[in-house]
Amino acid sequence: MTEVLVLSQTDKQQAPVLSEQTPTVTAEVIAEQVKNAYEQQSPLKIIGCGSKAFYGRSISGVELTVSGYSGIINYEPSELVITARTGTPLREIEQLLAEHGQMLGFEPPEFSDNATLGGTIACGISGPRRPYTGAVRDFVLGATIINGKGEILKFGGQVMKNVAGYDVSRLMTGALGTLGVLLEISLKVIPKPAFEETRILPYNHQQMCTLLSTLGRQPIPISATYLHNNLLYVRFSGAKAGVVSAAENIGGDVLRQAELFWHQLKEQRLPYFNQDRTLWRVSLPPSAPCIPDLLVDTESITEWGGAQRWVYPKDTDALQQWASDNGGHASGFRNRCGASNSKANSSDANGSTFSPLSPALLTLSKRIKNSFDPHNILNPGRLYKDL
Amino acid sequence: MNSNIAASIRTKRLASLIPMLSMLIPEDAILSEPEQLKAYECDAFTTMRQIPLLTVLPDTIEQVQHIMRCCHALDIPVVARGAGTGLTAGSMPVENGVLLGMSKFNKIHDINLHNRTAWIDPGVRNQAVSDAAAPYNLYFAPDPSSQLACSVGGNVAENAGGVHCLKYGLTVHNILELDVITIEGERITIGGQALDAAGYDLMAVMTGSEGLLGIIVGIRVKLLAKPASARVLLAAFATIEDAGNTIAEIIGAGIIPAGLEMIDQKGIQAIEALMHAGYPVDAAAVIICELDGSVEEVEDELTSVITILNRLNASDIQISTNEAESKRIWAARKAAFPALACLAPDNYVMDGTIPRRALAQVWTRINQLADEYQLLVVNVFHAGDGNMHPSILFDSSDEDQHKRANDLGTRILELCVHVGGTISGEHGIGLEKINEMCLQFTGAEISQFHALKNAFDDKSLLNPGKQIPTLARCTEFHAMHIHNGEMPFPHLERF
Ligand SMILES: Cc1cc2nc3c(=O)[nH]c(=O)nc-3n(C[C@H](O)[C@H](O)[C@H](O)COP(=O)(O)OP(=O)(O)OC[C@H]3O[C@@H](n4cnc5c(N)ncnc54)[C@H](O)[C@@H]3O)c2cc1C
Ligand SMILES: Cc1cc2nc3c(=O)[nH]c(=O)nc-3n(C[C@H](O)[C@H](O)[C@H](O)COP(=O)(O)OP(=O)(O)OC[C@H]3O[C@@H](n4cnc5c(N)ncnc54)[C@H](O)[C@@H]3O)c2cc1C
Repeated sequence: MTEVLVLSQTDKQQAPVLSEQTPTVTAEVIAEQVKNAYEQQSPLKIIGCGSKAFYGRSISGVELTVSGYSGIINYEPSELVITARTGTPLREIEQLLAEHGQMLGFEPPEFSDNATLGGTIACGISGPRRPYTGAVRDFVLGATIINGKGEILKFGGQVMKNVAGYDVSRLMTGALGTLGVLLEISLKVIPKPAFEETRILPYNHQQMCTLLSTLGRQPIPISATYLHNNLLYVRFSGAKAGVVSAAENIGGDVLRQAELFWHQLKEQRLPYFNQDRTLWRVSLPPSAPCIPDLLVDTESITEWGGAQRWVYPKDTDALQQWASDNGGHASGFRNRCGASNSKANSSDANGSTFSPLSPALLTLSKRIKNSFDPHNILNPGRLYKDL
Repeated sequence: MNSNIAASIRTKRLASLIPMLSMLIPEDAILSEPEQLKAYECDAFTTMRQIPLLTVLPDTIEQVQHIMRCCHALDIPVVARGAGTGLTAGSMPVENGVLLGMSKFNKIHDINLHNRTAWIDPGVRNQAVSDAAAPYNLYFAPDPSSQLACSVGGNVAENAGGVHCLKYGLTVHNILELDVITIEGERITIGGQALDAAGYDLMAVMTGSEGLLGIIVGIRVKLLAKPASARVLLAAFATIEDAGNTIAEIIGAGIIPAGLEMIDQKGIQAIEALMHAGYPVDAAAVIICELDGSVEEVEDELTSVITILNRLNASDIQISTNEAESKRIWAARKAAFPALACLAPDNYVMDGTIPRRALAQVWTRINQLADEYQLLVVNVFHAGDGNMHPSILFDSSDEDQHKRANDLGTRILELCVHVGGTISGEHGIGLEKINEMCLQFTGAEISQFHALKNAFDDKSLLNPGKQIPTLARCTEFHAMHIHNGEMPFPHLERF
């Protein structure tokens, strides 16, 4: 780790780091396509690289491919900001950051070798570090987008703080491309922790809750948790001395090859995820109780200190109701019955089933969609039937 | 507006509104006497003032809903007000509009220790949240210098920051859920108790929306564990370049300080005169750096920072060894505003934010501009995140000075935008910076903002005329710029 730090020190006087890659398509060309679609009121389906096509409802439309709009535009380690075109492979960004001892704080899943920055932001899925360092949206500083009229617009910027106008760049995060085609994104980046260690404890759900509730009120550098089959994994990150003392304090066994484990968890490559049925994600307040056995298979994975749970439901409607009663929401995340597009979704009416919005929120959301996309041509119906 | 027309609108509105409001709002919560209304004519940007039609001080959510329904039915504008510490005339009333004071919403309803959250009213003071959480070793991270007075509702509406937001984030990073009343009087829940909510990220849109999209009546804030150790370090520099490079090196070394502030020579002198905190008065700049975390972590980082300071010719390095010493260094920094008040009757605080790399350049250029406009500009700011707070000191009773101060303000913000920054890092736009929005955004972008506003408030009754300029206003502003022979950026080629 010290080596990496030294690297970034010698580096900071140099000019901004740019990637050699030049985009194979210009923003204007993409905007022109959107403008035509707007004029003809013909729906578009925005494609990054396809790694997260399973996420969201399946839709039809003329394909608008943005992967050609790629390349890192600006990166200066001492500014803690990277700006890149949305077609840039996530992996390229992560590699460059790693060379400078930095990383994306939300530990994004890739779900494929060529996942793009655009798809990552549009899906807004964050990895194990999320409760402790922040979600995708927390790191988005600025966005250049094409709205549904084909206008290229720029919101936010490359600085840490910016309150000029409404926060449109964060609004784009997780909107699945229904409010705008993302062209360029500026992200805050953070230093890689100097040291990490993971401990395993023989804890059940209740024991986990009690432990994490106590630890949460102390300045302990937890950076991820995972509970499965009564084994609790806790990762600590930070300065070596602090991590070592925190890890010794909670005890348990040290997890070997921890980096590989957390990677497999975020990429959903653990065997639990590889089942021929629809995986559901339940987002809850961390201390919400165990999901009743009546609703889901007993075997589940709990992450984020209790705030994110992966389950195979027995009754999806009842699960959504239960989640909502307990202050959260549940959505069908991934349908594995077949990996390629439309066929996959025939078994599950429309791909992902996001938790229903209250009537007031749905009305407001439609008006917001309409304000960005008056002819309803950007990924229409991808998020909800009407959004 | 023509004063006769305004007066007749006023009479008509009062006649229809008061009886309607009175159906649900107690008499003593409706203020209409001129001497009562005077207290609400401005926020902390005191050079802009407007007496409201009425001030209403509801104390239940149902009352807020009723007020909104009345105003919506009668097409009367509504401006929300928290504590009125805003610096951009955001909660200044609009002519013949209702001022909705949220001060009676001042309860902390629930602190959840397991989830580390609190459910609070919007009128609760920022500091009161941390005070209430302190027995559990928790606190609310956003800490604007105004935290003793400002309300959390105001913090959400402005997306307020503070000296610790480099490491712990702005308000937007530290809230989970909002209870909002729309202009139609409908109650909606945005966000939730979980870490994310289904649908669009409306928390992002509401945060920083300056009272233009809805009235916030409940807030779920996140609470963080207090760090085990915090050390504050002060260092002096003979040149601004060395100070600026130090900031870049600290962050480049992988250290994210809890706070990283910078004060220029005039600021140091003003603060020292008031506070006698032991600031080195002959330095060109001082930086204040707070490191926090576990004891081990802080010691590690302290060693690295001191190495950087020495390499970049820092002098007078002071390191706090206990909480009292840390407080002394910070107290002086937080007293910057009162200290500057001793130098001139008025202080126009700018809030532009720039990429850190441009710091020394921009600073030098601001000093040149200050000379050009013959005004004193003092810089006390959040250097870690590039949020500059140049204070233009002037006397508003001198009309010429007042005009020069405004013009200089515009030039400084123009400069911030030109180097890739923004006109506002944390104070918001309100009415004060509305023209400068035209420097940062194109017509299409401004139209998109209006369209978004329209989705929430199609009659444009919530805080109308603030935050987003009309396109006509931008055209006028650009024309004036050219008219004065000041084409945008003629002087900036050297950058
Ligand atoms: C590991 C894996 C699992 C798969 N599982 C399934 C499955 O379960 N079911 C299935 O049907 N298919 C699955 N696929 C198939 C694959 O995803 C398809 O090839 C798909 O046609 C295209 O995906 P996409 O572009 O929507 O994805 P991505 O590029 O990942 O985009 C994800 C979302 O972001 C939006 N987006 C991307 N870029 C932008 C941008 N610049 N601006 C705005 N919005 C943007 C997209 O519109 C989409 O809504 C899987 C593929 C992989 C690699
Ligand atoms: C000495 C001083 C130091 C300051 N330091 C900082 C600083 O370090 N960082 C910083 O960010 N700011 C700072 N400020 C600015 C100010 O304190 C913040 O903007 C604060 O968030 C405003 O809160 P308030 O309750 O006073 O809001 P007000 O001034 O009353 O209102 C501000 C805006 O919020 C809207 N609003 C208020 N309540 C609601 C509600 N319930 N629902 C909807 N809209 C609402 C108003 O309409 C208005 O547009 C400082 C101000 C002063 C005077």
